[in-house]
Amino acid sequence: MSIGELSKSGRHPPDARGSAAITVTGVSQVYGAEGDPRRVVALDRASLEVARGELLCLIGPSGCGKSTLLNVIGGLASPSEGEVTIDGEKVAAPLPKKVAYVFQESALFPWRTVIDNVKLGMAFQGVARGERDSRAHEALVAVGLAEFADHYPGQLSGGMKQRAQLARALGLKTDILLMDEPFASLDEQTRMVLGEDLSELLARTGKTIVFVTHSLIEAVFLADRVAVFSARPGRIKEVIAVEEGHPRSRSFMTSDKLGRLRNRLYELLHDEIRKTMGERAP
Amino acid sequence: MSGGNPWLYRGVQVLFVAALLGLWYYVSANGIVSPILLPSMTASFAEFGHLLSTGSYWPDLDVTLYEFVCAFLLAASAGCSLGYIVSRSGFSIRVFDPLFAGLYSIPAILLFPLYVLFFGLGAGSKIAIGTTIAFFPIVLNTIAGFAYVEKAYITAARSMGASELQMFWSVMLPAAFPVVLTGLRIGFIVAFLSILGSETIASLAGLGHRIVTYAESMDPAKMFAYIFFAIIIAFLLNGGVSTLEKRVRRWQA
Repeated sequence: MSIGELSKSGRHPPDARGSAAITVTGVSQVYGAEGDPRRVVALDRASLEVARGELLCLIGPSGCGKSTLLNVIGGLASPSEGEVTIDGEKVAAPLPKKVAYVFQESALFPWRTVIDNVKLGMAFQGVARGERDSRAHEALVAVGLAEFADHYPGQLSGGMKQRAQLARALGLKTDILLMDEPFASLDEQTRMVLGEDLSELLARTGKTIVFVTHSLIEAVFLADRVAVFSARPGRIKEVIAVEEGHPRSRSFMTSDKLGRLRNRLYELLHDEIRKTMGERAP
Repeated sequence: MSGGNPWLYRGVQVLFVAALLGLWYYVSANGIVSPILLPSMTASFAEFGHLLSTGSYWPDLDVTLYEFVCAFLLAASAGCSLGYIVSRSGFSIRVFDPLFAGLYSIPAILLFPLYVLFFGLGAGSKIAIGTTIAFFPIVLNTIAGFAYVEKAYITAARSMGASELQMFWSVMLPAAFPVVLTGLRIGFIVAFLSILGSETIASLAGLGHRIVTYAESMDPAKMFAYIFFAIIIAFLLNGGVSTLEKRVRRWQA
């Protein structure tokens, strides 16, 4: 699927069509040498483009290489083959000026308060001290955590920790946000509320986002497009467009459209998940 | 393990200590145990009061604290720096971690006679034994602290563009610190214990030396006064370290 077929979603202006923020070309990731019985092809010649202001979800069975692809895009891992460009520039190392990350729960620094966590990345980036304060505060207000600025991560609930991580990423003011199963460890109810808030927030900021998830509903609810991965060796099997403007409302959550897309994803994933389970059976 | 009025268990603790003192008083006042083995409580406390008011403890305290400070600083700087260096590669961890752990299990006090030959009866041999004994828990905890920093912290910092120096100061050091601190606290305590202990074996001065001198000169009230004094010093040192530790660990909910 090309970017041209993309939805007329309210989030990206028409002139953004065709101008890719991220281009992934033939990226493979192989662990272990040729002939080694433990050799694993985690990712097999993945190619895709992410348009400016688009939210792309990567979904697939465990071990299909979706997190690997995210790490290659973010410059945290270098691919065995192929390349990723961001704004036309080849990615060889993390690009903290352009790309911010939201990881799973454990990635906040527990010895720093919430606001100091948000400010640390800015300190790494050489942002002036005075500006760090105002930017961190702004980011915390945006995620609804301003009151908890001086708490330690250990004092927050799982959902609040993820809001804090989101604030840390927003504070870096990058155009691109990479999110690696950020809500995976949360209960379903918290996850849904956070999903709504995220859609709301992202509609305002217009960032380009790549989001890895295991949840079909989350993928459909948040994404402009969903890239479905096959089981190992991970390939991009199909890309599905959601064609729904942002922010997504609660009524979209219960709509037939979401249900149909969810079912379509389930059909695509069902066999792949069986494959990985079979692979692991003794 | 909650439950119970804090005043209640504090009360029981006070009663327990009071009962021990009462037993001591009763036993010594009624001549059940020879006063050479167990001095009377009142005489011991009188000596202790005299010790505090005259400041006659000072020369010995000075020696013991000097030995202790030297031993702890040597063990801490050697243990922390070596531990950090070892933690930098998987190979050196596999070589040195079991090696240090093995050496740690040897009763190092057995080296003391050798140290007396090497460094003499004075402060040198006490500093050497204190350093040896405190070094191992410090180096082992430093290795553990730096080698097992949560990968997620390092990845997060890398994604935010941390330089090598920023990674060390803002991530590695604070992440490893609680574990390193545990090593330092153990080192602190065992250094003090081994120095007091070695002073009672062979020495020229120090609190341990004084306690043995009074034991040998059949002056148990004075000996007990010095034992009280050493207990109070140990108590103060431990209290200081735990206060410091609590402040550093305030983020651990």
